[in-house]
Amino acid sequence: MDYIGENLLPGQLGHFFIVLSLVASLLATVTYFLAAQSKNETDSIAWKKLARYAFIVEVISVFSIFGILFYIIHNHLFEYHYAWKHSSRSLEFKYLLACFWEGQEGSFLLWSACHSILGVILIKRSGKWEAPVMTIVSFAQFALATMVAGIYIFGWKMGSNPFILLRDSGVFDNAPGLHINFDVNQPLRPDYMQSVKDGNDLNPLLQNYWMVIHPPVLFMGFASTIVPFAFAMAGLWKKQFGEWTKPALPWALFSAAVLGVGIMMGGMWAYESLTFGGYWAWDPVENASLVPWMILVSGIHTLLIYRHSGHSLRATYLFFILAFGFILYSTFLTRSGILGESSVHAFTDLGMNFQLLTFLLIFVLPSLAFFFYRYNQIPSVQKEENTSSREFWMFIGALVFFLSAIVIIGKTSLPVFNKILGTKIAPPEDAEFAYNSIQVYVAIIVAALTAISQYLKYKDTPGQYFWKKILIPTIIAAVLSLLFFLFGEINYNKKGPIFQGSIWLAVVCSIYTIAANAGYIWLGLKGSLKLSGGSIAHVGFGMVLLGILISSSNKEVLSNNIGGIPAPLAEGEDPRENLTLVKDMTANMGRYSLTYEGDSAHPKKQLWFYKVRFRSNDGKEEFVLMPNAFVNYKGNEGLMANPDAKHYWDHDVFTYITSIPNPENAKDTTSFKPYTRKQGDSLFYSKGFIIVQDIKQKDSVPQELFGSQGMLYEVPLKIYSKSGSVFSVTSRLANAKGEWFAIPDTITSESLILQLQKVNPDKSIELGVKESNAIMKYVTLKAYRFPLIKLLWYGVWITAIGIIISMVRRIRLNRAGRTGS
Amino acid sequence: MIIVSYYPIFLIASLTEFWPTFVLQKKFMKKIHIILLVLIAGSIGVLLTFLKTASTYDTIDTAIAKPGKFVHLMAKLDKSQPIEYDAVNNPNYLSFTAIDTLGKSVKVVYHNAKPDNLEISEKLVLKGKYNNGQFECKDIQTKCPSKYKEEQAKGGTHPGNVPAKK
Repeated sequence: MDYIGENLLPGQLGHFFIVLSLVASLLATVTYFLAAQSKNETDSIAWKKLARYAFIVEVISVFSIFGILFYIIHNHLFEYHYAWKHSSRSLEFKYLLACFWEGQEGSFLLWSACHSILGVILIKRSGKWEAPVMTIVSFAQFALATMVAGIYIFGWKMGSNPFILLRDSGVFDNAPGLHINFDVNQPLRPDYMQSVKDGNDLNPLLQNYWMVIHPPVLFMGFASTIVPFAFAMAGLWKKQFGEWTKPALPWALFSAAVLGVGIMMGGMWAYESLTFGGYWAWDPVENASLVPWMILVSGIHTLLIYRHSGHSLRATYLFFILAFGFILYSTFLTRSGILGESSVHAFTDLGMNFQLLTFLLIFVLPSLAFFFYRYNQIPSVQKEENTSSREFWMFIGALVFFLSAIVIIGKTSLPVFNKILGTKIAPPEDAEFAYNSIQVYVAIIVAALTAISQYLKYKDTPGQYFWKKILIPTIIAAVLSLLFFLFGEINYNKKGPIFQGSIWLAVVCSIYTIAANAGYIWLGLKGSLKLSGGSIAHVGFGMVLLGILISSSNKEVLSNNIGGIPAPLAEGEDPRENLTLVKDMTANMGRYSLTYEGDSAHPKKQLWFYKVRFRSNDGKEEFVLMPNAFVNYKGNEGLMANPDAKHYWDHDVFTYITSIPNPENAKDTTSFKPYTRKQGDSLFYSKGFIIVQDIKQKDSVPQELFGSQGMLYEVPLKIYSKSGSVFSVTSRLANAKGEWFAIPDTITSESLILQLQKVNPDKSIELGVKESNAIMKYVTLKAYRFPLIKLLWYGVWITAIGIIISMVRRIRLNRAGRTGS
Repeated sequence: MIIVSYYPIFLIASLTEFWPTFVLQKKFMKKIHIILLVLIAGSIGVLLTFLKTASTYDTIDTAIAKPGKFVHLMAKLDKSQPIEYDAVNNPNYLSFTAIDTLGKSVKVVYHNAKPDNLEISEKLVLKGKYNNGQFECKDIQTKCPSKYKEEQAKGGTHPGNVPAKK
């Protein structure tokens, strides 16, 4: 049957390129494998040539799929399920990319596209390592291509195809209106597209600019971990056990920088658009990307140890294998739906668990088996490391960092253990503290080691040299710490003095890291920027630690509810962190007074902006924050709030809406209570009193509106509120063309509605008074203060810059080495 | 459970017991290996103590059976009972009735803002303790029918499901 209004060409092209990509990546894998295995030089070159063609075809296919899918989303071709499910016409152009990777299929494509870019660079640059390394990259490309294949093999569906048509996706199965004769067993009506006017739209929480740039960076980080892994495998494979570390090091550094930035961009997104009040919640999705990064960084350090001392090569293999392995594990965790109850932001289950598990095991099991098979052949130094050597302490630091990653992923994997063992263990009462209480010690050890290790020399350090060099930075760090003790504070005492003391100690160690590594740039490296990549990265790392420690432990709840009815709270229970602001009424909350001044709507969406003015009680600060919220947005019933923050150099003020009046409850059900009063009389309402100032009758009313008998009464009223405010209102009652019209007046902040109901012949009036919450405009919000959060963000960038400087230096060294030999 | 909880102590104790032998036989054990073993034992200890602090998923009956203990209560909102929440008077007091799959119900108190999708949630994970006849909740996780499934189930609000005029 032909359907009207469908554009089928992009989908057909898309299907074609998906199949082409599957074939090309498989061909590239096989031919690269043969090129790597071939003993004969000419055979090897011939295979390699073929493999390159295959990989280039693969790259073209991946980018074509990418382009076609983007074309479909951009042109709102809702006959395709992917466009219908993830986008809408009202979506801004900048978010079209975000909806591209909202779905699993799009994010697999993004990953694949990153591999393609890396693959092309590897072909150009990796020389004799090309064949074995690209065998592994091509195979990963094949594995990713199966994820978007959507092909049935003996009734088993492999992958999920992004070019599925809406009418084939099953969403119409229960829509009789779209089927011939209103019968769902009949085919669809040819003109069904007439009814598909708009798509489902991007999840409002993802409509944030961080969601446009954070996934590409993160996926580039994810994708690049395969390169050190592939080099390590190539080293085992070609039995050149140590040589691969040279070309692999810049790649590992690149991966660490990009993945690190990607993770923290995710944190920034969480901070700016999610409402758990922070940038990190030890959520499984966050942990799953942090853990490979930590292992990768450990691997970089053991690799440096190997290059300078010959030790730790085996550990380097293990770390690079596991870094990539945990990338695959994190893919499995976040996409299989196994996290279920324990994560708020995992992908939805696409029924691909078996395939995802295969993806994980097909890489991890053989590579680990191969590693242990070759373990004894991997060279290692028999002589013990000297305790005064840099490699000894560096190794301990790398080991602690690695084990801390394992502990984190162990805790995160609770749902996996539950699944395997059939147990029903839930996370502990304070899940975040379960992580923090351990990681604070890791921070202490790692920061202390980062501070001192650079001052040690490889192999052996003369004591005099060490103490002389490290003296100045130690004094500086001690002075800074002392200043922090005197003028700064760690207020966090909820978990007892031991934890509070540990935070203090970690702060001191972080300061030491910053001072010692900054000092080393001059003391050890004579200010050479080229050489100081490592030190700069360590300074950044120290800033990250310090930023995390201070901003989290001194996070202050501003919206402590002082007014309102105190609810009975048990000992140690969370304080009441929500504050309700009635429109135009200023509420005091400790440091600041807040006024909710009104709201405004997005021109196209059900997105509301709430204008809240903050005034500090010392009169120094005044600013307006506009937290927003999607209200009953496209099937997402309820409130989806986005925070807003005011950034100062030393702290952020952060607020978000937690509740607004429900329009259902806002129906006014109370009725007017009549009071009879004369001029000058007063009457009381719950929050104050009202004085009737005058009773006037206006005769000169326009005849055409009011008719010949028309008249208008005006009663000026003064309302004195208990809060001290005075309001003036003139109530009016009109008689037009024989009918009486009362016009109610609303005093919003007093929840008061007044209505002049009758004017009696004896010059008395009947005033209707109604007090109702329904007329009240209010918002409930939470507000926090994060001190020194900027230190964290700047620290991340400085770390990344330092790593990139190191990377550039290593690339130059490798090139110089190649031309020299 | 007792064995599990003391396991890390056993591990570390057994390790320290053998320390002198390791240190004496330098050929077998380098310093770094000892540190390695201690750190790995420590990590295992940390993971095991984590299990000890872990909580459980419970029904209302089993949660009531252990008052004062932190549990994850799996239930849903009892829509026949009123929800008490007045943001103007006290934005930090929410009270409602939860009912579980066994038909048992309990009063829930939550000292925080009302999750906005509470009314439409199909499942609730209530994290807290049962005390003095009510469940005191520290955190509520609402599970809502996803957009997609909901539309499939209703078949009514579906964008394509407009009654045809013929």
